[in-house]
Amino acid sequence: MYVAVKGGEAAIANAHRLLADRRRGDRAVPALRLDQIVEQLALGVDRVMSEGSLYDRELAALAVVQARGDMIEAIFLVRAYRTTLPRFGYTNPVDSGAMQVERRISATYKDLPGGQVLGPTFDYTHRLLDPELAAGAEVETPAQRPVEPEAMPRVSAILAHEGLIEADGEMPLDHVPGDITREPLQFPMARDIRLQALSRGDEGFLLALGYSTQRGYARNHPFVGEIRIGEVELELDVPELPFAVPLGSIRVTECQMVNQFKGSAKAPPQFTRGYGLVFGQSERKAMAMALCDRALRAGELGEDVVAAAQDEEFVISHSDNVQATGFVEHLKLPHYVDFQAELGLVRRLRAEYEARENEDKVEEKKEAAE
Amino acid sequence: MNAQSTEIATYNFAYLDEQTKRMIRRAILKGIAIPGYQVPFASREMPMPYGWGTGGVQVTASIIGPDDVLKVIDQGADDTTNAVSIRAFFKKVAKVAVTTETAKATIIQTRHRIPEHPLNAGQVLVFQVPIPEPLRFLEPRETETRKMHALEEYGLMHVKLYEDIAKHGRIATTYAYPVKVEGRYVMDPSPTPKFDNPKMHRSPALQLFGAGREKRIYAVPPFTDVVSLDFEDHPFEVQTFDQPCALCGAANVYLDEVILDDHGGHMFVCSDTDHCEKRRADSTSPSWGGRAKGADGGNGQSSLSSTPTPARRADPRHKGEGKEAE
Repeated sequence: MYVAVKGGEAAIANAHRLLADRRRGDRAVPALRLDQIVEQLALGVDRVMSEGSLYDRELAALAVVQARGDMIEAIFLVRAYRTTLPRFGYTNPVDSGAMQVERRISATYKDLPGGQVLGPTFDYTHRLLDPELAAGAEVETPAQRPVEPEAMPRVSAILAHEGLIEADGEMPLDHVPGDITREPLQFPMARDIRLQALSRGDEGFLLALGYSTQRGYARNHPFVGEIRIGEVELELDVPELPFAVPLGSIRVTECQMVNQFKGSAKAPPQFTRGYGLVFGQSERKAMAMALCDRALRAGELGEDVVAAAQDEEFVISHSDNVQATGFVEHLKLPHYVDFQAELGLVRRLRAEYEARENEDKVEEKKEAAE
Repeated sequence: MNAQSTEIATYNFAYLDEQTKRMIRRAILKGIAIPGYQVPFASREMPMPYGWGTGGVQVTASIIGPDDVLKVIDQGADDTTNAVSIRAFFKKVAKVAVTTETAKATIIQTRHRIPEHPLNAGQVLVFQVPIPEPLRFLEPRETETRKMHALEEYGLMHVKLYEDIAKHGRIATTYAYPVKVEGRYVMDPSPTPKFDNPKMHRSPALQLFGAGREKRIYAVPPFTDVVSLDFEDHPFEVQTFDQPCALCGAANVYLDEVILDDHGGHMFVCSDTDHCEKRRADSTSPSWGGRAKGADGGNGQSSLSSTPTPARRADPRHKGEGKEAE
């Protein structure tokens, strides 16, 4: 017999209690501490900071635990917290040329001022599972290169001397950078806004789109001009003070992709650039972002828009994993009112269809009899 | 690091900060000034997922005050899990009184239904909207659809409805049925069944629509024309049910099919749970259908004729409608 659907409140509370239990797991196993996550799952924490658009390792680590390691859920938690924080102002642009570099590589030059610095990379590791790690073996202290104050100019600056690469570009003096967290997205959008959206975009989505450009869907002949990872200073202009106030430093990954360009009606033959910048250490994301950025500049450079990666509305409207996961997963919510409406329609259409079929059969029989 | 101090006590009244509320209220006011027009707004991340009512929650959070009485329904019911969750959210962050009674609520947040009980002046109905653009499935590009609205270029929608008739003999849209607001903008009524479309027409209540993920707010001010699109020879019709509610006996209400066993046994009951309970206690409790009945002598088809089709409408055309010279 029909039982009215009641008790949703108690069911929800019980579900959340069960979730807390499952999250904790076996009580005999020590609970994870946030510092363990910050230190030992650092790249996961970086991803949550980057796509959560909030630079705070501890909060990101808390989100990772709370989400049971589900990265998109953790990103969502951080975003929902970030949105409630007051906005004091906007820092000055960071100078990545002055970065305290831990890793810097270029694929376009064998050697360059400042040198190639591998840093802490998975590259060239053999992907063999390491049982010693599971056993908690001691780890050697790393070999440190002597601190050298040698300047590490950005590769784009090196190429710029010959005029063969497009310049950084100038913004009008009164240009106020957009803020996608404070203004609604509108299409078409300026590149500053687009870059913000890409920087918090889903790593997997951008990776797939960047990959698609390499496989011929809007091929843009990329070279890694430079990837650099390290600490950059943040400074804030305070109206009462005659100098910029240093706020501290953040770790970022920057990728300058250099792309061959044969020239068009709008621009001379030259190297063009795609740009990627993300919080923390994530080369994959920064590179994918740079590929997508370059692909999305098709209109600006007079290229034909032929593939998904070049389509601004397509890419930017679908790159945000918090939006995407919410809408995909909302299909779990009850839809029975709309389903009922469709059910009624299909029943009617079906009845008409069957009536027609029967009529046809009767006629066929008649004809056969005649 | 202040993760420890992020308890609910540190959030503002109704979760959003006052600046954000002001921004959203400005968008609402603009929406009211241009009925049916989709106003872009800087939607915030909310503590529930996109697609789960973040637009409606932001609208409600921006207009709610300590004296408001809130009702939240999903699929017409107060007890569905997401309605329970949103109601609990406002109880927690705004400490407002909540109710399941349509008549007692000052703000009703809804997903997929309009209550059966008639709404009154002073009440606000807040819709959760997944895809605010009625033209979206005909034209996926926002840049294009905004242009189409600006030029009042709605031919594509009429062609779609016509193709339905050509293929199926009738307009095969059963929910999110497009409407024209105040003779100007074609609007998505949110995925309510078309049964509810006539309730939007000249409603004394303010109707606000929030789409969080798509970052759009739109509005239908009180006593505004909301006309379902149709053709002279294929007038708009609402769903009808062969039988009344099996629990309260109400006719002219929207029913849900409840499966009773695995042999095809089923019964039809009110989708609006509050209305059903009220009627079981007091069968004279009014419903929207009941109100319309008086207007045309108890004709069961009242909901049809109360929604004027563009061809039949008696009142003067609005500016921008049709091709008449100024």
